[in-house]
Amino acid sequence: MLSLGSGGAKSTKPSFVSYVTPEEIKSEKDPPKQEKHPDLLPGEVEFCSANPILKYTQDDLSQRGVFGTLFCTNFRVTFISDEKPQEKTDKTFKNKLYGENDIPLMCVDHIYGVYDEKRKLITGGLVKNKYPSKMIIHCKDLRVFQFSLTFSKEEDAKKIFQGIAHHCLEEKSLKCVFAFSYMGTPSPEMQWKQETVMFDSPEDWTQEMKRTKANCRLVTENENFELSQRLPKYFVIPLTIGDLFSYQGKGLPIWCWSHYSGCALFKASFPPVTQEDGDFQKHLDTMINAVAHNHLYSVKTEDLSESLPNIQDIQQSYNKFKQFFLIENSTDFWLSDVKWFSSLESSGWLDIIRQCLQKAVEVVECLEKDNTNVLITEEEGTDLCCVISSLAQIMLDPYYRTLMGFQSLVQKEWVAGCHAFLDRCNHLHQKDKEYHSPVFLLFLECVWQLVHQHSPAFQFSETYLTVLSDSVHVPVFSTFLFNSSHHRESVMKAESPLAQSGPLSCPTVWDWSVQFDSKAQNFFFNPLYLEKVKHDRAVRKPHKPKHQRNLSLPSTAFKTPPKKGFFKDETDSLKKMLRVKRLSRWRGSPDAPTATTREFFESWQHRPLDYHGLLLPCLDGPAVHIWMQRYLRWIPEVYILGGGSVAVMTKLMELLSQVQDLKRVLEQRDSSQAAKLDHRPYFQHRLLSFDSSGRLSSSFPFAYTCYRSFKPIIPTGLMQSLMVTDSLASQEDEASSVVSFV
Amino acid sequence: MSLVEVEEANPVMASAPIAPYNSSPLGNSSSPNASRESLKMEPLADVAMLPGEERVIDKDIIYICPFNAAVKGKVFITNYRLYFKNTDSEMPVTLDVPLGVISRVEKMGGASSRGENSYGLEITCKQLFAFLSQEKYEENGWNVYEAMEEYRRQGVPNSEWRVTFINKNYELCDTYPTILVVPYKATDEDLKRVATFRSRCRIPVLSWFHKENHAVIMRCSQPLVGMSGKRNKDDERYLDLIREANGTTKLTIYDARPNVNAVANKATGGGYEGDDAYQNAELVFLDIHNIHVMRESLKKLKDIVYPNVEESHWLSSLESTHWLEHIKLVLSGAIQVADKVSSGSSVVVHCSDGWDRTAQLTSLSMLMLDSYYRTLRGFQVLLEKEWIGFGHKFASRIGHGDKNHADQDRSPIFVQFIDCVWQMTKQFPTAFEFNERLLVVILDHLYSCRFGTFLYNCESARESNNVRAKTVSLWSSVNSDTSLYINPFYTPESSRVLYPVASMRHLELWVTYYIRWNPRIQHQQQSPVEQRYKELLVLRDQYLKKLEELQLSDSTPSSTHLTNSSTPNAATPNQHITHLQTPF
Repeated sequence: MLSLGSGGAKSTKPSFVSYVTPEEIKSEKDPPKQEKHPDLLPGEVEFCSANPILKYTQDDLSQRGVFGTLFCTNFRVTFISDEKPQEKTDKTFKNKLYGENDIPLMCVDHIYGVYDEKRKLITGGLVKNKYPSKMIIHCKDLRVFQFSLTFSKEEDAKKIFQGIAHHCLEEKSLKCVFAFSYMGTPSPEMQWKQETVMFDSPEDWTQEMKRTKANCRLVTENENFELSQRLPKYFVIPLTIGDLFSYQGKGLPIWCWSHYSGCALFKASFPPVTQEDGDFQKHLDTMINAVAHNHLYSVKTEDLSESLPNIQDIQQSYNKFKQFFLIENSTDFWLSDVKWFSSLESSGWLDIIRQCLQKAVEVVECLEKDNTNVLITEEEGTDLCCVISSLAQIMLDPYYRTLMGFQSLVQKEWVAGCHAFLDRCNHLHQKDKEYHSPVFLLFLECVWQLVHQHSPAFQFSETYLTVLSDSVHVPVFSTFLFNSSHHRESVMKAESPLAQSGPLSCPTVWDWSVQFDSKAQNFFFNPLYLEKVKHDRAVRKPHKPKHQRNLSLPSTAFKTPPKKGFFKDETDSLKKMLRVKRLSRWRGSPDAPTATTREFFESWQHRPLDYHGLLLPCLDGPAVHIWMQRYLRWIPEVYILGGGSVAVMTKLMELLSQVQDLKRVLEQRDSSQAAKLDHRPYFQHRLLSFDSSGRLSSSFPFAYTCYRSFKPIIPTGLMQSLMVTDSLASQEDEASSVVSFV
Repeated sequence: MSLVEVEEANPVMASAPIAPYNSSPLGNSSSPNASRESLKMEPLADVAMLPGEERVIDKDIIYICPFNAAVKGKVFITNYRLYFKNTDSEMPVTLDVPLGVISRVEKMGGASSRGENSYGLEITCKQLFAFLSQEKYEENGWNVYEAMEEYRRQGVPNSEWRVTFINKNYELCDTYPTILVVPYKATDEDLKRVATFRSRCRIPVLSWFHKENHAVIMRCSQPLVGMSGKRNKDDERYLDLIREANGTTKLTIYDARPNVNAVANKATGGGYEGDDAYQNAELVFLDIHNIHVMRESLKKLKDIVYPNVEESHWLSSLESTHWLEHIKLVLSGAIQVADKVSSGSSVVVHCSDGWDRTAQLTSLSMLMLDSYYRTLRGFQVLLEKEWIGFGHKFASRIGHGDKNHADQDRSPIFVQFIDCVWQMTKQFPTAFEFNERLLVVILDHLYSCRFGTFLYNCESARESNNVRAKTVSLWSSVNSDTSLYINPFYTPESSRVLYPVASMRHLELWVTYYIRWNPRIQHQQQSPVEQRYKELLVLRDQYLKKLEELQLSDSTPSSTHLTNSSTPNAATPNQHITHLQTPF
């Protein structure tokens, strides 16, 4: 991070301006006011607290703050202001589990301590020593909190600091995660369950195979995880695979999705490498053979660990990237504004997003254009395989662009599909960095790009994606807490002393009522979504095949040779591929995407855009954007008061509710229509308009700026920004000089 | 064969929807398609020519699109444009390039080359089409801006400010308009003496008057301080009169240039207002670079978007052009001006000559302060006043009818200003009555020479060439069909000052302008939001009509006031949004 402003510290005269001077506090606080306590969630326990603690106000240049009490519980770090809470509770988008001054323990990313004006990253060792004068908490949802510890009693300050550091940073066991203490009452309606397919039963899989007309086999032999603990409880494989036990749980081609043409997408982990060479080859042959048999005997394979950055690269890149958004003060903000674009680029994060989307487009091309089966492989088969296969399915299948479809997809590919959420998200603060990686976030980032480019094709909004990315770090949901189906079952069922009264049941994240009331859930829906006119859920209206044939231009100059890969060749190439020692190093600048993919994109683009058909992303430099809502929502410097896309959306929503009202009135008049009311339970209330009182900031619904003055923010440090060293800079505007006019 | 390339050194790809392209006339190629063609259609029959436009030449050619394969078609050239239409109807390709935007014609290949093309171009570039155009519109766009009317709207003249006609024959300053507003207490003799101390006699005059706090924005050129640090009592007194007019304690002088450049200007007789001479004023440098830096910056930008858009190093390439950084500086300069004025202090803005950066700053800050300029008509007034009236040298900066495209006087200052406006509309999508299309059309006709609006350097030149009588104003065309340029989301808020955020986090490249010729960059004609909004508006009107009819028929007014209720009780909406399938 960039330099820190002033530390405020030992000196009696703090370097920040506070509403009250320390002397005042003393006298005021001597007869301690009645202690405030946070409203605890069921199962939440308070560990320690300290008062008075100064929390710096973020959106202020002058390092002011508010005094209050800092608490640490088994769920969160929370700050309660001494000031009377201003009754601004008309916040429509309020999280029921945690508020703006709460940090779920799992959400803490880093803690810094300021010792004698120097900022140090807090790790286990430092905790034992003295406590810092100022504590800075960086959150995984990119909020930044700064607390001054100098005003409270020494032992209190020490205790709260050590408590927070301990609970947020120290390695802990899964059982300590709040989800296992949380006693929330399960949502009575269980509405989420009506449409989100959980893929935890054979029926769900059968249904999905039926929906996509897949010609594959459902495996139920792993119901008790006898085949492998790394494999899903239920999964689907090509028909021709015989003896499952010979696979030892590795290298099984697992069905993801079937194209209407009959070809399908499969993913697999690498076959066990310890075997003898001959066996390995045999294994590969069987694997590819089985996939090829699925349709027309053609298959294309791709080893994702060869062509995409590995999970450590992803982790490193994201670590760099997120730093640009963890802004502690205005000076930092304007300093980093100068080299903003090149900083972003140096992190490589946007490029990784582009590469993943590119790879998914290639997969889509094989399925859609060449009608070949596709098998993607990777060491474990549960990281980039999940990213690419989910993305390809979103591009191909409009069902996954609905909210329920998307949730089902995450269940299918990620949750039931055994993505190691626990390790990748590092919920337990393990020191071993090798396994951490924001793979799921990377997937959401890619989805966001699609949503951003083709908004009317998606039923869910970017706010939904942002909230989902936050929810990963809310330690209440079972969804992101485990490494595999087996892991989930063994913990949830279990022995655990916590589970005296039957198996544990933490809510799934899809039960959104745990976090948001129905009014707030309206923000998850995209008002631009164009639902299909016909009410048929069957997605694969066959494309006019004529369309594709017509695409090629009259000239044959740019025609590429057909790249249909037949089984034999592909086998060879995969063998070669796997024999070669896998280089997982991520290449800095990837090769330009193949010309054919580009052609595929262009021919798609020439067709009229069908939001219920195939959807491809544009991957040119200017087309890949930053997920502004997620990354910039807490930075006051970028708030546009009364502006941003929020302003337009608000107007749209207002008009929409007007139109709906009119429609209702008309329908009521037409009594015969009265019987035909819409029955969908879940969507009913979602069209309440935004609370349009007053001007919203561009960061709505996440940050409110009611108290912000109307003064403009004038950039500082402009001079450094433009080092035009050219001789041009010193030239006169006009060739003829002005002297003659004197 | 010949390669026709659009304006290169300068404002560039800006110009045409297709920008640089290759065309290869193959003579009357007797292709097998020829017969089919003639059966199918008279290829150019559907091209609506402008009144006064004449066909000069037409040929069958093959057009080589840089992003696709070659396309067969017909080209024709009139005295206004080069037009191409393909004869293969499966994938329609049309090119329509006003000749004014073509800056260079190069020969490609030798043997079959012929002179017609370049000949035709040379002639038309000299004889600006605007003078031949006989387009007729309902409204005469030349009447959009009447200086007196505009000053009256602002609340001028009054007891502090007076209108002077001292420049009615352009004798005080030949690049200023005839009507000027100056402090009430300054006599015409004072003005003449001040003029001797200001570069090109461009004395401080009023641009905008704040109705509530009476603070003003004044514009002028640099003082002629020179190496010796000359002083001029009249100039000093004049600035003090400006300050006194509304009791500003300290007049703020915004010098748009970087400090070093202002100092360097002393060597050529210019300079800035020193502390000792102007004791009641504070001087602020806004660090905006000169026209040459801007020209090179846009040229670099062109290089990264044509012929290929940078992919993997897009962001750092974009940064290396500095284009957005310049935008940021201009915007933040204007924010400072607007902020100062709305806090009640009068300001003076100048750069060197006061017709480039000064125009950017005054017009942008006026756009922030005065919601009138955010309307379709108000924006036209703003351009007419601050840019055209006060002598932004359009002819020199754009190079109309001028062959020397390496001219040092050329610079995309106006393009940069429109880009800044676009950034503002992007940040405040409901605050402007006009839409992006207007901005693009303005820039297109900045180069097209179809209208007289942007011809010549200043009002005096326009007058002596009789532009008003002989050419058509762009606003005639725009105002004859305003529906094209209206932003459906516009919500008037009259007293609101708009402060955009001048941070790189929000500034973006105006892709739909700079890269619109690239078919791979998507540009929907209408944003999905806009489309949806318009559909809903139609739907609402339909419902309202239906309701009205029903109410008339049974004359029981049960819900009469629904029309205006923008906050309906939505407690039980029984339909959800997407069921509102609009029938279009």
